Amino acid sequence: MLNTFVVYVENKPGVLNRVASLFRRRAFNIESLTVGHTDKPGVSRMTIVVDTDEQGAKRVEANLYKLVNVLLVNNVTAGPTVMRDLAMVKVAANPETRSHLLQLVHVFRARVVDLAPESVIIEITGTEEKIDGLLEVLRPFGIVEMVRTGRVAMSRGAKGAAATAGGPGELAIPVELQDDEDVSYSV
Amino acid sequence: MTKTGSEIIWECLVRQGVKHVFGYPGGAILPAYDAMTRYPIHHILVRHEQGATHMADGYARASGGVGVAIATSGPGATNMVTGIATAMMDSSPIVCITGQVGSKLIGYDAFQETDITGVTLPITKHNYLVTHADEVARTVREAFYIAASGRPGPVLIDITKDAQQSSCEFDWEAAAPQLPGYRPDLSPNPEDYDQAFALINSAQRPVILAGHGVIISGAMHALRNFAEKSGIPVTPTLLGLGCFPASHPLNLGMMGMHGEAWVNKAIQEADLLLAFGMRFDDRVTGNTKTYAPTAKKIHVEIDPAEINKNIKVDVGLVGDLRQVLEHMLPDIESVDRSEWRQHIDELKGDSAVRDIQNLPDDGHLYAAHVINDLWRETHGGAVVVTDVGQHQMWEAQYYHHEQPRSLITSGGLGTMGFAVPAAIGAKFARPDAEVWAVVGDGGFQMTMAELATIVQEKIDVKIAIINNGYLGMVRQWQEFFYDRRYAATPLLSPDFVKLADAFGIRAHGVKKRGDVLPTIRDAREHRGPVLIDFQVEQEDTVYPMVPAGADLHNMIRRPNPIVETAQDV
Repeated sequence: MLNTFVVYVENKPGVLNRVASLFRRRAFNIESLTVGHTDKPGVSRMTIVVDTDEQGAKRVEANLYKLVNVLLVNNVTAGPTVMRDLAMVKVAANPETRSHLLQLVHVFRARVVDLAPESVIIEITGTEEKIDGLLEVLRPFGIVEMVRTGRVAMSRGAKGAAATAGGPGELAIPVELQDDEDVSYSV
Repeated sequence: MTKTGSEIIWECLVRQGVKHVFGYPGGAILPAYDAMTRYPIHHILVRHEQGATHMADGYARASGGVGVAIATSGPGATNMVTGIATAMMDSSPIVCITGQVGSKLIGYDAFQETDITGVTLPITKHNYLVTHADEVARTVREAFYIAASGRPGPVLIDITKDAQQSSCEFDWEAAAPQLPGYRPDLSPNPEDYDQAFALINSAQRPVILAGHGVIISGAMHALRNFAEKSGIPVTPTLLGLGCFPASHPLNLGMMGMHGEAWVNKAIQEADLLLAFGMRFDDRVTGNTKTYAPTAKKIHVEIDPAEINKNIKVDVGLVGDLRQVLEHMLPDIESVDRSEWRQHIDELKGDSAVRDIQNLPDDGHLYAAHVINDLWRETHGGAVVVTDVGQHQMWEAQYYHHEQPRSLITSGGLGTMGFAVPAAIGAKFARPDAEVWAVVGDGGFQMTMAELATIVQEKIDVKIAIINNGYLGMVRQWQEFFYDRRYAATPLLSPDFVKLADAFGIRAHGVKKRGDVLPTIRDAREHRGPVLIDFQVEQEDTVYPMVPAGADLHNMIRRPNPIVETAQDV
């Protein structure tokens, strides 16, 4: 099954390589990986989707924590989570087909972000299923090119990622960095 | 005060308590070497950078501290790879410092440029590329902290030439480690403890599996208290040998592929396994599907990623072993387990009587005799450093280790060529200890250039070559599993006595059993290095043996008496 991990890492050179190398070395297949800045300077956030079972997901988490630059790992698969993917699709469109196309865009709550005589670029945000659905209906028009960001995820509710994460990183979130409290850990 | 990056390297090493550094100079590390002469650190010039890493490793394992190796960029750095991987697999704390081409040249395939942080990414606990002098101090401090804390391991620091040459303000205090994501100080959940107590106190047939973690965490005393109070017998892993006295009545002997048959049987019959600082390596479990089928399992381990990795356990206690054992001791009940121990004694049967001293001398020299004589003659008090292969297993079986850190061997990676350099490192760590490298004729030839290091440094390391003219363990596998087709295992060696002589090392060849003890005695009395070439039975075999992937209780047993296969001399 697909497991989605939210991973906070120190923003240092080579960290993405360390994470990717870990997945390769332990023979885990990355379905998608996105990385970007957070609101905290020096901290980046990754969303990693891995196809593995429950046992494998625990191994992913434990091995990620072995990386010195990893601050926090949160497997958000089971909990209530908002997951989004963003896609831009360039579709062939001439004056005859354009209005039909725009109707579909409206139905899917997508937007047109570029319009040229022979093509349009459609931007859509949503779950992977929704994007797959749009692609399905766009295909007959002729998809010229397409780009997807891969999944990003965030737990629902007031709590931040630190509070919902299990494992030894619980206190490793950068805010309360170096308190001397013992971290108890259950496997 | 202002210092160059090179000076900061040595300044920090001195402050970390480093006394010895094993290395080999070259272009990109020259600035650091130039600064070295101004600091009270003894540099040991090795003959190959792999040797430097094994020496640092041996130094770390013999002392319990951190070993340091240094090399130049490119080939100097890549030659370290095997030693780094060896240290990684056996959780040995070493810090490797490599020079790198100037930061402006990185990525342009400059002379002797190798992306060594990329190369060593999966075989280091952590690594660094340092491009500015002002990063040196913090990096060195973090490297030592990471290498030695938690589950120890190798850390590599790659420092560009310009970072070594340029200057900056040096402030030791301000360069304290900043590692927000690194938490080596985990401790178990209280509920997990309660579950463990219930399992332990009610177990009828428990066995303690004692691994390298006992030694690393300094839990020897805690383990002994635990075992004695609970009456639970102990079996060490290969790297655990010495963590529990061999002569202790609760010590069953080693487990695993070449472990004692009764130990493996006891594990298969146990109702509880207490895994202390070990990782259920395939060499100790055999087939994991049939491993200890009736046993509940409690795993005490500092690395959370090891729990449920190879063997699914019932309780995982993550933390420092010594602290966990000390915490547990008051709640461990004294239970009468004499019946279970008696049962294990019965499992031993005849195989417990491995009285090789009293076997008739039939004119053949068996490696087991050599090891056993070495044990008797040194009263089990030497630091023995073994290589990889048959001699390594015979050493584990016939040298009875009473003290921790008295056996140094490459367990996880199984690195041939480890013994001689690691023994050199061990001797620097413990100059007063008697250090013996026990090594096969194959492994010895992989790193024998380090004999020159021994001579140049004037150190007293004894080398026992167990010379059987084969890559013996591979030959043994060919005998069992490849229908005795000895592809590429017969091994021609130089005259080791003459070779040692060329290096200026005293040497003897031994072919007869009666000569073993006198030669060992002579070597011990000689102040200085001695090499002994024990020309042993060519096609002797290590028994018992669990074939790779087989069930732990399905062992190939020793044909009795010892089968003689070699021609008479």
